[in-house]
Amino acid sequence: MHPALSVISFTTLSGAGYGLAFVLATGHGNPGALSTKIAWFVALALITIGFLSSTLHLGNPQRAWRAVSQWKSSWLSREGCMCFISYVPLCLLAGMSIFYNSFDLTLGYIGAICCAITVYCTAMIYASLRTIASWHTGWTPAFYLAFALTGGTLIYVGFFGPPTGSRSTEIWIYLCMVFLVCSWAVKYGWSHRAERVGYGKSTMESATGLGNIGKVRLLERPHAMGNYLTNEMAFRIGRKHAQKLNRIALLLGLVLPLILLALALQIASVAAFFTIVAALSFMAGVFVDRWLFFATARHAVGLYYGGDDALMPAE
Amino acid sequence: MTSLPQSTNKKLGLVIDLDTCVGCHACVINCKEWNTSGYGTALSDQDPYGANPTGAWLNRIHTFEVVPDKPKGQGVGEVIGTAGEARVVHFPKSCLHCEDAPCVTVCPTGASYKRSEDGIVLVDEDKCIGCGLCAWSCAYGAREMDLAAGVMKKCTLCVDRIYNEELQEVDRQPACVRTCPAGARHFGDFADPNSNVSLLVAERGGFDLMPEQDNKPVNKYLPPRPRSDLGEGADLGAAHTEESTEGASGLLGWIDRALSPSSKQKEAN
Ligand code: SF4
Ligand code: SF4
Ligand code: SF4
Repeated sequence: MHPALSVISFTTLSGAGYGLAFVLATGHGNPGALSTKIAWFVALALITIGFLSSTLHLGNPQRAWRAVSQWKSSWLSREGCMCFISYVPLCLLAGMSIFYNSFDLTLGYIGAICCAITVYCTAMIYASLRTIASWHTGWTPAFYLAFALTGGTLIYVGFFGPPTGSRSTEIWIYLCMVFLVCSWAVKYGWSHRAERVGYGKSTMESATGLGNIGKVRLLERPHAMGNYLTNEMAFRIGRKHAQKLNRIALLLGLVLPLILLALALQIASVAAFFTIVAALSFMAGVFVDRWLFFATARHAVGLYYGGDDALMPAE
Repeated sequence: MTSLPQSTNKKLGLVIDLDTCVGCHACVINCKEWNTSGYGTALSDQDPYGANPTGAWLNRIHTFEVVPDKPKGQGVGEVIGTAGEARVVHFPKSCLHCEDAPCVTVCPTGASYKRSEDGIVLVDEDKCIGCGLCAWSCAYGAREMDLAAGVMKKCTLCVDRIYNEELQEVDRQPACVRTCPAGARHFGDFADPNSNVSLLVAERGGFDLMPEQDNKPVNKYLPPRPRSDLGEGADLGAAHTEESTEGASGLLGWIDRALSPSSKQKEAN
């Protein structure tokens, strides 16, 4: 699939925003502290920037309001609805903290649940597509949720957490390390399956119905130049640099943050700086990983364009 | 509404004959011609006369090559092909108006819908936001975004022809069906077991594309017909028996005797 920047930033930024909002809404951070007020602002900003960037790839964004109408059948519509619904508790909580230095735990839990459901809906837009076998699995929402929580927690600890050196910072840093390892473990489960699943049950033979004669090969494609389908769905599978990018994603998203957090535990004087860099590094890793999520995805329509033989760039 | 109808009164669709299609692209051109001035906005092209022309089309012809891997056939007309000898199959592809159309249920705006009266899948372009998710959900690549209008385009089953009383009866057929010089496309109602399309499917073993995707496509494809094995028709053994004149009598026997070289000549040879 074509790795559109707008969709990659939408999923990563709003994921981190909802993750951060989740941490705040479950009662973390002193509502009267300036850092918590800024954290609320940042969470809402991330969510909003992500949401706006998702409208960038629309052909007719002025009609985007219509997208909330089909929540009965469409995960994209559900995602749009949840985005608006979760603004209510999140904005109320942010307002309470920013203007009244207060917090309400019941409203907080409602907000936290809304965050989780919204991220789940985002992931289900992709996981519900039967045409893309590597996405069509429960692993997809699992790793979207895991990355959102880990990103939100890291941003919270890095930028807005309790003062470094305190006992509670240590606990937070340990928690971040656990989250890091767990979320990449879930992602590993997804990748392990994705590498093997290919086009799922579909083949060029089932796509053409000619399999009972023999092996099918594309002799001539229907159009001389590219078209919407080949640009969007038969994107030359991002295999060429996939392995390298995968290593970069792991390095930025897992290894570097773990090392930085471990150092932060040891050297109190630079702990604050290191946790911030760990959070940024993780986000960069997730961004690369999300690029790969799209770029390496095989869409069934690729089978009408010759499948992997035609669409895989040479190593 | 993007929920699918429980059932549809009719199931209008196409039968595409992979045996007779000659890959001339006439249906592709006539489809574009009819639909660029018909339902919805024009089907735009980008850079049409430049170096990299692209555009939105509702019907495309792929061409595949299948090399049979079965051993040599058992007799004339019984094989689908001979091992190692390619069969070339021209493969027209437009929307299959699926019964379980995922393109309809994923649509967030209600722009995509399936009509309960005849099962045609359409896009209401005034509601479409051009998110492209429906095209992602279609395994067959039957939807293309119009890059000028920013709305999704797809085969309408020529809904503005088939019920159009302004047209002569013979023209109340999809443009692609009407124009095909080989008669490779057939239009009809699959809900009626005695319709032309249902009979064709029953007779020729019509099949679904990618049944494993669970879309229940309405359009069906007819397989290439078996053909004779190369070499079978020119079998020397068979040729001998056919040319044997033993036992010929009457006028034909006399002609045979008169034209055959005499036994003396045979000896001389
Ligand atoms: S062929 Fe594609 S566009 Fe047409 S109904 Fe089926 S899924 Fe939808
Ligand atoms: S592109 Fe248009 S028709 Fe397709 S899912 Fe989006 S809004 Fe619906
Ligand atoms: S039925 Fe009409 S719109 Fe559909 S492929 Fe044929 S000509 Fe094109």
